[in-house]
Amino acid sequence: MSKILVIAEHLNGKLNSSTARAVSAATAIKPEAIDVLVLADNADAIAAEAAKIDGVSRVLTIARAENAHPLAAVLAPQIAKAAAGYSHVFAPSTTFGKDVLPRVAALLGVAQVSDVMSVEGSHTFKRPIYAGNAIITVEADAGSTVVATIRTASWSAAATGANSAPIEALSVEATLPSHTRFVELQSGKSDRPDLQSASKVVSGGRGVGSKENFDIIYKFADKIGAGVDAGYVPSDLQVGQTGKIIAPELYMAIGISGAIQHLTGIKDAGTIVAINKDGEAPIFEIADIGLVGDLFKIIPELEQAIG
Amino acid sequence: MKILVGYKRVVDYNVRIQVKPDGTGVVTDGVKLSANPFDDIALEEALRLREKGVAEEVIVVGIGPADLTAHLRNGLAMGANRAIHVVTTDAVQPLTAARIFQKLIDKEQPGLVILGKQAIDDDANQTGQMLAALWDRPQATFASKVEIADGKVTVTREVDAGLEVIEAELPAVITTDLRLNEPRFIKLPDIMKAKSKPIDTIEFASLGVEANDHLKTTHYAAPAKRSKGVMVKDAAELVAALKQKGLL
Repeated sequence: MSKILVIAEHLNGKLNSSTARAVSAATAIKPEAIDVLVLADNADAIAAEAAKIDGVSRVLTIARAENAHPLAAVLAPQIAKAAAGYSHVFAPSTTFGKDVLPRVAALLGVAQVSDVMSVEGSHTFKRPIYAGNAIITVEADAGSTVVATIRTASWSAAATGANSAPIEALSVEATLPSHTRFVELQSGKSDRPDLQSASKVVSGGRGVGSKENFDIIYKFADKIGAGVDAGYVPSDLQVGQTGKIIAPELYMAIGISGAIQHLTGIKDAGTIVAINKDGEAPIFEIADIGLVGDLFKIIPELEQAIG
Repeated sequence: MKILVGYKRVVDYNVRIQVKPDGTGVVTDGVKLSANPFDDIALEEALRLREKGVAEEVIVVGIGPADLTAHLRNGLAMGANRAIHVVTTDAVQPLTAARIFQKLIDKEQPGLVILGKQAIDDDANQTGQMLAALWDRPQATFASKVEIADGKVTVTREVDAGLEVIEAELPAVITTDLRLNEPRFIKLPDIMKAKSKPIDTIEFASLGVEANDHLKTTHYAAPAKRSKGVMVKDAAELVAALKQKGLL
């Protein structure tokens, strides 16, 4: 039977909802146990939140001053030690999970399955490659620990509230390096929601023209309470290419032609709106609602129509 | 200081990927191949560090079959001093790639290794982190700004919560994000110059790297399609449609 360790993601003493999504994926394996591991300087509040997630058997905490910030080099040796006795180690495929989990896999000497979209069996998973333009079925070695990141856009968060899993402090013997130091987190000046949690996201592409012109995108996003994807990138490479996957209820692609690679990061959005002056632009192939026209004319009209 | 740069060849990002009807792979015959875009950014960053006098030598590393030479020449034309070609006809998964780099590090003793955060074919996003673990050195993934001074590197990282700044002692592994820099174009005279730059060839088998970590890919499929949407004629109609869906 499988026993799964899910690594909790958190910030400022709060559990990130990506953790409950990773628990959903763990539940799909129908394991004997799902334990959530919280590594923090002060783990109590985060552990209490994790204990409420349906399907969680136990919450384990490693509270150390060194765990105040999520430095992969510091967390990975502790996770690798804590992984003993588990058949699977999961983390959300967010920048947190993507950073730390391959380091854990290498310490354990095993491969990692990145971006699990679906569970086909305890060791069989589906995951996207080529920016989601192909989906592969992969089989992990049955004799090794399965280390996997969970593609959050593919899983809804496990429900919370009904559960009250026990919380236990865990102590692991791990030598922690001091060669890496956290300096600061700049989380942006505005009140704009971050992309992973935003229900609406506005994105501007090359059609916007320049960094200066990008203000029109920010202004419109603020008007409808949306996050802004990517910002101005002076390159052919756009959103999907950055490897970020988001799944807002509404995604508005403005002045984005939708070069093949781009479309991936947004394919899980509820409703995709495309505004582009070129009616033949590939973005219209995946848009739910399309509008052909000049964005500099349309955006002010939209603002007016919204009122 | 030497900088080692991973330089992978992948299907060009402009190619529309087709899954073979029998589900055994994606079509790669006759398809344009290019440098992984994140690796071009890695190489550009290494070249800038050399131009600033922080590094003396930039070495591009490729892992692949005999015809990878032409690809490595592009890296040399862009400005790398020399190239290392680890020759294998097998597809190499991230843990194996990391183990290969570890062997090359033993030999070359670089002060910095810069890799793309992911290759746009397998999208694994693992090799840099795995290498840092095996090497027992710092990692700074998803870098959008890199500054080196006094034996330390300060890296701004693109994380979901914003921009995280970390400081790490050298040697270290950095993986690049899209906004780190804009890679230079290769000029014709540089292509000529690259022809005389050295490429060291190393047989994979001679490195003594174990390659038994493989995940087995059993099937390839095309992704589910989104259904075709509707066109609206103006801003007012768009707002009405979004309001009807409860999105505004």
